Amino acid sequence: MSILVLADHHDGQLAGTTAHVVAAAQEIAKAGGGDIDVLVAGEGVSAIADAAAKLDGVSRVRVADNAVYAHQLAEPLGALLVELADDYSHVLASASTTGKNVMPRLAALKDVSQLSDIIAVEGIDTFCRPIYAGNAIATVKSDDALKVMTVRSTAFDAVASAGSAGIESVDKVVENTQSTFLKEELAESDRPELGAAKVVISGGRGMGNGENFKLLDGIADKLGAAIGASRAAVDAGYAHNDMQVGQTGKIVAPDLYIAVGISGAIQHLAGMKDSKVIVAINQDEEAPIFQVADYGLVGDLFEVLPELESKL
Amino acid sequence: MKVLVAVKRVIDYNVKIRVKPDHSDVDLTNVKMAMNPFCEIAVEEAVRLKEKGVASEVVAVTVGPKAAQEQLRTAMALGADRAIHVQTDDKVESLAVAKLLKGVIDEEQPGLVILGKQAIDTDNNQTGQMLAALAGLPQGTFASEVDVQGEKVAVTREIDGGLQSVELSLPAIVTTDLRLNEPRYAKLPDIMKAKKKPLDVKTPEDYGVATASKVSLVKVEAPAERKGGVKVGSVDELVDKLKNEAKVL
Repeated sequence: MSILVLADHHDGQLAGTTAHVVAAAQEIAKAGGGDIDVLVAGEGVSAIADAAAKLDGVSRVRVADNAVYAHQLAEPLGALLVELADDYSHVLASASTTGKNVMPRLAALKDVSQLSDIIAVEGIDTFCRPIYAGNAIATVKSDDALKVMTVRSTAFDAVASAGSAGIESVDKVVENTQSTFLKEELAESDRPELGAAKVVISGGRGMGNGENFKLLDGIADKLGAAIGASRAAVDAGYAHNDMQVGQTGKIVAPDLYIAVGISGAIQHLAGMKDSKVIVAINQDEEAPIFQVADYGLVGDLFEVLPELESKL
Repeated sequence: MKVLVAVKRVIDYNVKIRVKPDHSDVDLTNVKMAMNPFCEIAVEEAVRLKEKGVASEVVAVTVGPKAAQEQLRTAMALGADRAIHVQTDDKVESLAVAKLLKGVIDEEQPGLVILGKQAIDTDNNQTGQMLAALAGLPQGTFASEVDVQGEKVAVTREIDGGLQSVELSLPAIVTTDLRLNEPRYAKLPDIMKAKKKPLDVKTPEDYGVATASKVSLVKVEAPAERKGGVKVGSVDELVDKLKNEAKVL
């Protein structure tokens, strides 16, 4: 019995989420789950493997470094995981777009179910996961021989990087004739990643238009915050979809979440209600967002935001 | 090219759900049901492909109880030509749905299969990927743009931090994200016409698929309630509270 964690990475760097997934793996290991291996698959990923080897609790890093794994396309990555899975009782990945893309392929090809987006480990076979946009929490038990899971990284505290696991290469190369990478357009930003930021400030439909989102910039600069948006703001074209916080976007749980001009639809609350401290700024004092906010300020955001920026 | 589009009957997205008092599941009695929002986007994309002359026929399919035929009629009112209902009252998980859809693919031989990326009840985000794996087909998940060119399809995908474009050989599986399109509303004459469109009823046994799962539901609970806090009167008071009470600044 051992556990395999699929490392998340982009731009030649190990993604922060991986340390959270290893933390979930450690909980399974403590419940009797055995050693933890990390798989780094990609092209030119030796620096990523070095970073993964430092994660506490990791016994071994397995590296599949080949052009076919570049951009972590689902078809070859899924096939690689199928080849490796027989050594493991559990295979975990972050519930990132990479994890969500590939893990169901592994599960289906091994004829087992997948548990998506787990938020707690109750034992080696029992896990908690949100359903209905987080409005209910299901405890599920899997009797499958292989447990394939994605992990909500914000639900587990990251492990430290003081380890020194061994690194081994995986020579298995699969073929991929079905899918080809064309291009990637990643938003350029100096701000922290939405899912990992300690402070998040989000705008909703109350922002009025996309131009007004700039009002959040100064505050975000001062707080070192990431900027998010509600689905309503994304649908209205005020903000990019990759800024969306909610059931259908990113799930965040920062120390401080500031919701500006966001009414608080169920679908938005699902993405941010586990934040430690929530601040709501809204003109409508009946807005449901105030029911979950620790601090609510009823007011015109066009007056409140500049004042807040000047007083931080 | 034939396009197969899969839809799911789920709780209406505006309904606030309740957990049953015995914690066995979510209470769905007398709750308004509807087509899963991501599936509406899938139907819309399939219909647009037909309107552009790329698709020759759009076939809608669902797996679920008899009442799920309502969602198939909706799909046909929106423009699907015919429908297949794999009828079962069992609780069917993503893997079994994927196996059933694989059976439908084997019979129908579509050039493209479009599904919603996720159903808003179980929030699994699995079925399309599982179907692709079982059918041995490439996948373009979380699509915000789908462009069929001859024997290939270019799919722009919503990924963490931006967009990724991939080219897939056909047949292929596509799952929809929010920005792919804005679904139309069904017009009354189309709703009437949809009642006469063909709807085949099948069973899981027809495809030789057992729907049982090895995952069991232990319990369902309401999440920890978050208590509303206080209203502050001014920006100064807010900054003070964040600094001295919450200690997050």
